[in-house]
Amino acid sequence: MMAVIEENPGYKWVGTRPIRPDGLEKITGKAQFGADSILPGMLYGSVVRSPHAHARILSIDMSVAKSMPGVKAVITSADFPDLALNGGSAGDIDMSNNVMARAKVLYEGHVVAAVAANTREQAKAAADAVIVNYEVLPHVLTVDEAMADNAPLLHDGMYTKGIDPKPEKPSNVASRVVHERGDLDKGFAEADLVIEREYTTKPVHQGYIEPHAAVADANSDGRAHIWCSSQGHFQMRAHTATVLGVSPGTIKVTAAEIGGGFGGKTVVYLEPLAVRLSQRAGRPVKLVMDRDEVFRASGPTSGTRIKVKMGVTNEGQLTAADVWMGYEAGAFSGSPVGAAGMTVIACYDIPNFFVEGFDVVVNKPRVAAYRAPGAPMAAFAVETVMDELARGINIDPIDLRLQNAVVEGTQASYGPKFPRIGFVETLEAIKNHPQYTAELGPNQGRGVAAGFWFNAGMNSSATVHINENGTATVVVGSPDIGGSRQSMALMAAEELGISYENIKPVVADTETVGFNDVTGGSRVTLATGAAVVDACRVITADLRARAAKTWDVEIDDVEWVDGQAQHVDGSQPPLSLADLAGKSGRTGGPISATASLNARGVGAAFSTQLCDVEVDPETGITRVIRYVSAQDAGRAISPAYVEGQMQGGVAQGIGWALNEEYIHNSSGVMENASFLDYRIPVASDLPMIDTVIVEVPNPAHPYGVRGVGEVGIVPPMAAVANAISDAAGVRMKDLPMSPVKLLEALNEKGK
Amino acid sequence: MSRRHITATINGDEVDFLAEEGSSLLNALRDEVGLTGVKEGCGTGDCGSCSVLLNDYLTCACLVFAPEVEGGTIVTVEGLANGGELHPLQQCFLEGAALQCGICTPGFLMAAKALLDRNPNPTETEIRYALAGNLCRCTGYDKIVRAVQEAASQIREA
Repeated sequence: MMAVIEENPGYKWVGTRPIRPDGLEKITGKAQFGADSILPGMLYGSVVRSPHAHARILSIDMSVAKSMPGVKAVITSADFPDLALNGGSAGDIDMSNNVMARAKVLYEGHVVAAVAANTREQAKAAADAVIVNYEVLPHVLTVDEAMADNAPLLHDGMYTKGIDPKPEKPSNVASRVVHERGDLDKGFAEADLVIEREYTTKPVHQGYIEPHAAVADANSDGRAHIWCSSQGHFQMRAHTATVLGVSPGTIKVTAAEIGGGFGGKTVVYLEPLAVRLSQRAGRPVKLVMDRDEVFRASGPTSGTRIKVKMGVTNEGQLTAADVWMGYEAGAFSGSPVGAAGMTVIACYDIPNFFVEGFDVVVNKPRVAAYRAPGAPMAAFAVETVMDELARGINIDPIDLRLQNAVVEGTQASYGPKFPRIGFVETLEAIKNHPQYTAELGPNQGRGVAAGFWFNAGMNSSATVHINENGTATVVVGSPDIGGSRQSMALMAAEELGISYENIKPVVADTETVGFNDVTGGSRVTLATGAAVVDACRVITADLRARAAKTWDVEIDDVEWVDGQAQHVDGSQPPLSLADLAGKSGRTGGPISATASLNARGVGAAFSTQLCDVEVDPETGITRVIRYVSAQDAGRAISPAYVEGQMQGGVAQGIGWALNEEYIHNSSGVMENASFLDYRIPVASDLPMIDTVIVEVPNPAHPYGVRGVGEVGIVPPMAAVANAISDAAGVRMKDLPMSPVKLLEALNEKGK
Repeated sequence: MSRRHITATINGDEVDFLAEEGSSLLNALRDEVGLTGVKEGCGTGDCGSCSVLLNDYLTCACLVFAPEVEGGTIVTVEGLANGGELHPLQQCFLEGAALQCGICTPGFLMAAKALLDRNPNPTETEIRYALAGNLCRCTGYDKIVRAVQEAASQIREA
């Protein structure tokens, strides 16, 4: 169902549900994903990984591996420039050391060497024959362990940023962030009810079904071509060039179809290794991660410890919030605690608050972005406290949120004033949904939670070519991860006034289209879409000029309507796009335009979600039986795929809530690095997920787009936890809310 | 290193290929036969991305040794359409937006075909359990289940 806040102003294509342009290739098996490229003479690579969570590398003996059958190349960190000696930035040094460990391994799965051989079996055998001597060091796995006095240090030179004066001793805390306003003591003094709780969450993986894969073909002139699946082939080019110490211009990256990313495919892992192996061997090399490598060595998101204290008056006015957050970064600094600090109370207008966050390194794989990075864990904490506050003062949980909701003009907790936003509309959509008042059976309960995400703008380029018959090719550089080619084609069809079927959207390689930042931050339909619209508008202006020239009239006398040039007084027979395209040689040559921009006017996203669960008191198993997600899309260009983003975010959130977690043993070795033991939701775990697309257009985008990819994963953990509390009378404060934990809580309550 | 010569009927054609004794059917189909529509998501039978029909049974190609299929019959996603005519499941996945990234789609199509071949009128619950061996991380399964329901209905009416 759709809750239209502002009427569609008569769009012909925007808001429709045609078949996606890349669909046919994907349902017939023709689509080429990362691992599907096969080049003549191609070798297979294999990677040697650390079995230890923390160890010094004493020696690496490649002599046996090198002499094995079919082996063509072996590499270690000695084959890469040491950026620490070349004036590299701290970020670049970390990136390089994550791709290939130098002096120390910092997590189980950290790369120490790689080989390439004729067959995958030969490559694996050679990798197994590499002998690495380690001095095992003590490790830390959690925020608590890493922040303890005298904790073993991952990086001897890490002094916490954001503390004045600079600390005297290094630590595992990379940085501290703070947001504050008002007077916390005064705020809590004004409250009639104060709730203070502490929460933990575990690292969870994005869980894309396609493992990381890269094929590289290096030439003897120093140039290289990479085929890989990523969320941004320009970023893969830049990062690969940095790790290899070469100019980005020497590397060409072709974006394969990408089999899911959710933030995790914005990072280089295999690409620099594949290029170096290809250079050493003089042959193309394919590297593909096994699933257990994906778990052990590609970025999950942070495990966290979060403390929240909030106060409210009996009338339902929030008075104060005090938040402490420790976020695991994995082996190198860079957890999303910054975004967490900015989003944690961003849904509400709270006069007094103090939010403090810490970015903490631990001996686990380096975290990578995961859908609204940092926000879901923070929302789990705050949104369950909100539920307790509402119950404590006996007010409807949606009414409590409505009373304190941020609206247009509210000063956001993280700084700026909100422009037009649709949070209240999502709350009302849920309150008005029939499920909100549907009857609940025994052991069933209902929970509500809300979430906020900024959305991103950033850099995009697009080129639009008009073909000789009046059809169009839309060339973008944003890998299409969930249907963005359809959104591009729909907006181009609307602008050009031609049929959607006559537009071919293409994701081009790094040498064929202008620069694009990664597909992330829910930004592609907004930013790349704006570039497509800009390019189309250059073209329609050009078409009007060509018609004016043909008719020998002023351009202002020509309008572009329904895919044709029309004279304002109707004195000329209209010229269609096909007419103008067919005669373009006589009016100035081929019709084509490029637009590049750094998108401004990002529209913030809000989601409110409603979850009904049934708890089995005998087993502790929670079943989600009904679910509704309401989200402000701004404008849904491609509603079927907006729903898809909303449903996918919810499903990931339910997995995070109930099942998913990294389990490490006391040696720091991951014990559940498979899809059997790291259990993501399957079809039989979930109900249908109802969606309510709320449309409060973003005034800064030509079609009102906000971006829809991420915010849907922010509320689910709290929505499920609140529903469990309603069903079973226990407050779950540690994720995942697995049957064992819930059973323990139920037994404890029964005592 | 010895490679075995294997003959099997793949997507209706008799096909010869070579594979190492220890090679999985998945690697053989992708590397030797060129059927890269069969995807690898885990290599351990947990994700269903490599689902094929082997002698009419839904099978994870990663769990079968290539030499085991000697003389057998295999259908992959590349053999699902009848020439240019899409299978109703393919058409319904397209029209119902039942795919996002598309990496799991070939496996889902094969699992759904295996279900509808033996049960042309499944309930929602039966569909969900029949597809429970296939992981999708993008869709939350909602549109996949609806697409299978729609395809079942079309096949029954055909």
